[in-house]
Amino acid sequence: MGYNINEKGYYGEFGGAYIPEMLYPNIEELQLNYLQIMAEPSFKAEFDQLLKDYVGRPSPLYFAKRLSKKYNTKIYLKREDLNHTGAHKINNTIGQILMAQRLGKTRIIAETGAGQHGVATATVCALMNMKCIIYMGEIDIARQAPNVARMKMLGAEVRPALSGSRTLKDATNEAIRDWINNPVDTHYIIGSVVGPHPYPDMVARFQAVISEEIQWQLKNKEGTTKPNYVIACVGGGSNAAGAFYHYLEDINVNLIAVEAAGKGINSGKSAATSVLGREGIIHGSKTLLMQTNDGQITEPYSISAGLDYPGVGPMHAHLYTSGRAEFISITDDEAMTAGLELSQLEGIIPAIETSHSLAIFNHKQFKTDDIIVINLSGRGDKDLQNYIDYFKI
Amino acid sequence: MNRINQKLQEDKKLLSIYFSAGYPNLNDTVSIIQDLEKNGVDMIEIGLPFSDPLADGPTIQESSTKALSNGMTTEILFDQLKGIRQNVTIPLIIMGYFNPILQYGVEKFCKTCKVIGIDGLIIPDLPIDVYNEQYRSIFEAYGLINIFLITPQTSIKRIQFIDSISNGFIYMVSSAGVTGSSSGFREKQTTYFKRIADMKLKNPQIVGFGISNNETFTQATAYTKGAIIGSAFIKHLTKEGINSISNFTNSILN
Ligand SMILES: Cc1ncc(COP(=O)(O)O)c(C=O)c1O
Repeated sequence: MGYNINEKGYYGEFGGAYIPEMLYPNIEELQLNYLQIMAEPSFKAEFDQLLKDYVGRPSPLYFAKRLSKKYNTKIYLKREDLNHTGAHKINNTIGQILMAQRLGKTRIIAETGAGQHGVATATVCALMNMKCIIYMGEIDIARQAPNVARMKMLGAEVRPALSGSRTLKDATNEAIRDWINNPVDTHYIIGSVVGPHPYPDMVARFQAVISEEIQWQLKNKEGTTKPNYVIACVGGGSNAAGAFYHYLEDINVNLIAVEAAGKGINSGKSAATSVLGREGIIHGSKTLLMQTNDGQITEPYSISAGLDYPGVGPMHAHLYTSGRAEFISITDDEAMTAGLELSQLEGIIPAIETSHSLAIFNHKQFKTDDIIVINLSGRGDKDLQNYIDYFKI
Repeated sequence: MNRINQKLQEDKKLLSIYFSAGYPNLNDTVSIIQDLEKNGVDMIEIGLPFSDPLADGPTIQESSTKALSNGMTTEILFDQLKGIRQNVTIPLIIMGYFNPILQYGVEKFCKTCKVIGIDGLIIPDLPIDVYNEQYRSIFEAYGLINIFLITPQTSIKRIQFIDSISNGFIYMVSSAGVTGSSSGFREKQTTYFKRIADMKLKNPQIVGFGISNNETFTQATAYTKGAIIGSAFIKHLTKEGINSISNFTNSILN
């Protein structure tokens, strides 16, 4: 037992709740109640039912025959792209909207980068008839227009974050400020395994359905619950946390976290937080983050808006420093190429975030009989324009 | 005795002013501090700018961003403040977010504060349990008072706890919100100020957030020891520059 959260809200030395006093009542309320609420039979029943009938779970574990042949190994894709709204993000928003209801909240706020989490939040707010406000950096609003339209159609208000660098980090700041301004009726649905304790753990638990399913699905197909490798891309780290969750303590299962190198680790335009970051505090959590020597948080870069975050969840900071997971960084170009390859080998257009994890095969040699599970975190509809522009299709 | 404790013993309502160091210009810090003291301000909070000030509204965010683009760093701020105690006697507090302090090194930060003559720190995102377990002994070794915040949502039990571990004053956030967001106090705030006053805490309270003129200063201090003004002063600096600070302090005090 060394890689999951401890009773004080830390993964090793990472995590905690570094929050201003204004947020203390809300965070304390969550800390004191989230495990109990999640353990209630009625909560579990409603969560499971919605994941099944509304999200479409279990998501298939698909054996990618042509991809496997090309790289001479056994590759399974965990099809989170087939979830309602097109990514893993909805596992978390379903869980958190039920949590918000149990806590008596009536107003929901969220941040979003690529817009996937914003859409997943707007969706569950429509489902549960809750007021929904999504903060999104002004720059991201421009580069993810289809998702902005989807959120609006779902009844959410999209508020541009105009401060700082006007991307995901600033949208998160604005959401936190909104919560400070509205401490009583509002629940903040964070979109990844980031933020103050208990968010990283709560989000990881909602996403843990991914590895729970992988276990029995793989058992049916391969006669074992344990793959040799589980691979996932890491922005904040929620889809990776979900895919790794039930394997964290089983060191026979190798975990690989794929980060966005952007234009290259040393190019000054990168989002590879584990390599480029140092220990510090971001959005209420002690973790690794990209910053100046003076402790100012710097702006990351990636072609994928969903990996464009200067921090990483505290679980992943711990997996990195403890060596439990291997961290690999993939450039924009490598990711785009891998996305095109999957499209043409398997007929699946992945989200650009996900394309990063698919680029692993040009970085790492696997054995013929290795069983590899890649978490296919999302589909590429939202990124079509980016692919078109990149490949001049 | 620490200058903060000394000041709190004076028989008057205290006016404390916050500004972002390095704003409007990189090297305005010392002259702003001197002018504030000259014009009757009792205490100053020197804001150490941060890229992501979570508890601050647009005014302080913008002054922070400007200060950083002017080139302000922790090192430069300390350099500017080096001789400050030759002619400034009022309490000086540094207010900043935890990450820049952590990167500078908490012990080195505290040590430099002591050498310069800083009396206290306000670090909104340094949680009390972490402070008590890891940093309290360092702060105390360098004679620094750590100021804690309470808000209208803080439970009575927690207020009593915060009072028990405080030495100096309690920073009372006037209403639920980030800095600069309220305009004028309503009955709700006055009731809250009175409710806290009736608790008869061992530490005096100083109110911050939402104070912008003589009226709000008077309301805020009716039941408390003093008030802190941030955003309104920064707006004044933005509009008038650093040469008419007396106009601002007069508008508050008279
Ligand atoms: C499809 C997809 N994958 C991955 C991510 C990255 O987030 P996380 O690291 O929390 O899984 C995002 C974020 O928007 C996403 O949309």
